[in-house]
Amino acid sequence: MDNGRDGDAMLAFTLNGEPAEGAPPEGASLLHLLRGSLGLSGPRFGCGEEQCGACMVLLDGRPGYACTLPAEAAAGRAVTTVEGLGTPEAPHPLQAAFLAEQAGQCGFCLSGILISAAALLQANPDPDEAAIRAALEPHLCRCGSHNRILRAVQRAASMMRAAP
Amino acid sequence: MNLAYVQATSGDGDKPRLPGSLHVNRRLDQWLRIHAEGLVTITPGKVELGQGILTALAQIAAEELDIAFARVRVQAAATPASPNEAVTSGSLSVQESGMALRHACAEARAIHLSVAAQRSGVKLEAIRVEDGSFLGPEGPIGSYWAQADDALLACEASPGSRAKPPAARRIAGSAAPRLDLPDKVFGAARFIQDLRLPGMLHARMVRPPARRARFTALRDGALPGDARVVRDGSFLAVLASEEAIAEAAAARVTARAEWDAEDTLPESAEAWLRSAPGEDSVVVDRTEAAPEAAATLHARFFRPFVAHASIGTCCAVARWEGDQLEVWSHSQGIYNLRADLAKALRVPETQILVRHIEGAGCYGHNGADDVALDAALAARAAPGLPVRLLWSRAEELGWAPFSSAMLVEIEAETDAAGDIVAWRQQVTSQGHSSRPGRNPKPTLLAVEHVADASEIPAAINPPLASGGGAQRNAVPAYRIPRLQVGLRRITAMPVRSSALRGLGAPTNVLAIESVMDELAAKAGADPLAYRLRHLDDARGQAVLRAAAELAGWETRAKREGIGMGIGYARYKNSGGWCAVVAEVAAEAEIVCRHLWIAGDVGEAINPDGIANQYEGGAIHGVSMALKEEVRFDRRRVTSDTWEAYPILRFSEVPAVEFRLLARPEEPPLGAGEAALAPTIAAIANAIHDALGVRPHRMPFTAANLAAEMDAAGGG
Ligand code: FES
Ligand code: FES
Repeated sequence: MDNGRDGDAMLAFTLNGEPAEGAPPEGASLLHLLRGSLGLSGPRFGCGEEQCGACMVLLDGRPGYACTLPAEAAAGRAVTTVEGLGTPEAPHPLQAAFLAEQAGQCGFCLSGILISAAALLQANPDPDEAAIRAALEPHLCRCGSHNRILRAVQRAASMMRAAP
Repeated sequence: MNLAYVQATSGDGDKPRLPGSLHVNRRLDQWLRIHAEGLVTITPGKVELGQGILTALAQIAAEELDIAFARVRVQAAATPASPNEAVTSGSLSVQESGMALRHACAEARAIHLSVAAQRSGVKLEAIRVEDGSFLGPEGPIGSYWAQADDALLACEASPGSRAKPPAARRIAGSAAPRLDLPDKVFGAARFIQDLRLPGMLHARMVRPPARRARFTALRDGALPGDARVVRDGSFLAVLASEEAIAEAAAARVTARAEWDAEDTLPESAEAWLRSAPGEDSVVVDRTEAAPEAAATLHARFFRPFVAHASIGTCCAVARWEGDQLEVWSHSQGIYNLRADLAKALRVPETQILVRHIEGAGCYGHNGADDVALDAALAARAAPGLPVRLLWSRAEELGWAPFSSAMLVEIEAETDAAGDIVAWRQQVTSQGHSSRPGRNPKPTLLAVEHVADASEIPAAINPPLASGGGAQRNAVPAYRIPRLQVGLRRITAMPVRSSALRGLGAPTNVLAIESVMDELAAKAGADPLAYRLRHLDDARGQAVLRAAAELAGWETRAKREGIGMGIGYARYKNSGGWCAVVAEVAAEAEIVCRHLWIAGDVGEAINPDGIANQYEGGAIHGVSMALKEEVRFDRRRVTSDTWEAYPILRFSEVPAVEFRLLARPEEPPLGAGEAALAPTIAAIANAIHDALGVRPHRMPFTAANLAAEMDAAGGG
């Protein structure tokens, strides 16, 4: 029981549209699993306490803190990380808009912010600035890139409305 | 301790002066390499901190070589091959690294062109370069790529400028997109925290319950998985094959470890500054003829300790192979880190290799260097294997160095017309630099915990010639006939302090600009007009006028509960100019709603990057002004969560308008720190405008302002 592994319990879920599985050690968070054996780097560790948003992922389309979600919470569900939003060849409109606005400095906060922004635009294709600020309130950005980020989300929203 | 510091404090030898860091790293092949496949690699010693420096350096190289921007690759710095450019700090990277590269690339171009001329018989003056191809009057005669040969650049740079005149520049001066940003929006493994090496183990620290504590015992109990404990005196860490196991093990060991803890932290930061032992020095003492003083004003300003508070926690990977150590680090100065690792671990520098990998923004000397020693100590228990040590949020906010608390007292005398005749300013602070590599004793956190312990020396203040520390911007930029500025450096360091964006500038500029507003009011003058009439610096005047114009300063109307204020400084009195107008609203707390900023950094290598840096610095300033304070009890820092150490969130960020004054003929200056201090001052002045109360104590929270009102009311 105290070997850190809960038997060989395999956990199966959908990760960025593909089937994925893992056998995380007991007590592992979803963030540990994603960054560990699943090899992702997009979801980031910033606090482990739901206070910074660096670890944000979509769980069945809704934003959630991967740092406090137990890995088992993903079982049978769909997890989306920033890697699943788009690629350099086929960027999500948000990723294209963040590049167009040069929205970021160190960029450490961006994966989580892009995830919450994607969820917002899914639910509300035409958010005003107050709605964007509210959706991004769980996220900290120490570099002060906030205004560029707000503009980038607005730009992405209009790109998506123009070409749904 | 950037290159400016090194040069201000050491002899330069007899060699002819070369621009920036080229002076002390003179070989061209230390800076660039031309590849036959049509690429150029530049190898600066400065490192990316999220400020966009690598992009600006690539622009400079592309410009001087006349090649497309996309052909430039930037290699991350690593010892021992990279130029030693000391520390990436002080907003000096464009001056030091950029000017070195400009000169080195211009010379590389000249060398290649003379080879092409010789081989083709075409006159040198008749050759044009187009994206790396050499064109004579009759057509192509070669290219960098065809001539690529390392031997051509295996020589020292020579003095004399071959760089393009400002009017000929096309790439330097354009808003080139950041080279590092695509990786960051696609979640690529770019940060040190993402580094994965074969066989890598994960380590976590087990911190004592007090700043000073001695490990006494570890109560028995099981550890999860394959976790094991690593101990060296009171340095305690755990190692495991997976992060989740290491974290669980650290929690268990923390609960089982026993310590002898001591009370060593002061009762309050302000009382500490007033009573602690210190060393006094004179920053400036000048006396010129001046009219008789008619009135005197006294004021005293305080800022608490503040934290760097990076979004990512500090991280390093270390691997021992026999007595050779390899370290991957997000340090701002890999050679200085190497020097202190060598001292702390008692191995020669030549046995240590330090490679730079980007971390999250650090805003100064945070725990990036400390964690490298932590990782090296933990890795000793796993010879041959890479060990990744990641700090927790509590360590990041509780154990990294802070920017020192500061007291600034000013006494200003004015004549009958209200103009300044005398100014005395006294600055009291711990030192603002405890960076590694400078002191004979290492300054890395773990040296106080290992069995073979040594005490970290008290932080120092770099000399004013290289920007100063606590005394940074303590000399007002205004015309003052009799000026005395004194500095008291506290010589003990119960709360560790080091460099954070702006160093002493935020508190000094807050104090100076608050007093300027008070003096303007007493003289019955507008704050902008009063500043302009005391300022001789034309570029300073220009940014003040530009910010005021952006903000509609002259036509502003008084509105209930709303205030506007202005702040000005030239960073370090030698760097970028900045003026800020702030608008605040007095709600349950003060809210900063709008900033209008004007800046001048001379030649703008990347205007969009400069706008990004000015705005980022200003928002950092809003956060510091309104929210930030490190709190501690007698044993430990208690503000070690984001709840206890809040920073500005999306709902609180002001709208920002920025204007960059174009000065293409002037030497380029850094932009990262210019806006922070004037923003804080502008907010303080806006609060006074809104509420009639003068804030003397940061942060400007409702509680601190209420105390000021009580004090003012109680007279
Ligand atoms: S790491 Fe999950 S919220 Fe900070
Ligand atoms: S860009 Fe650095 S924290 Fe947001």
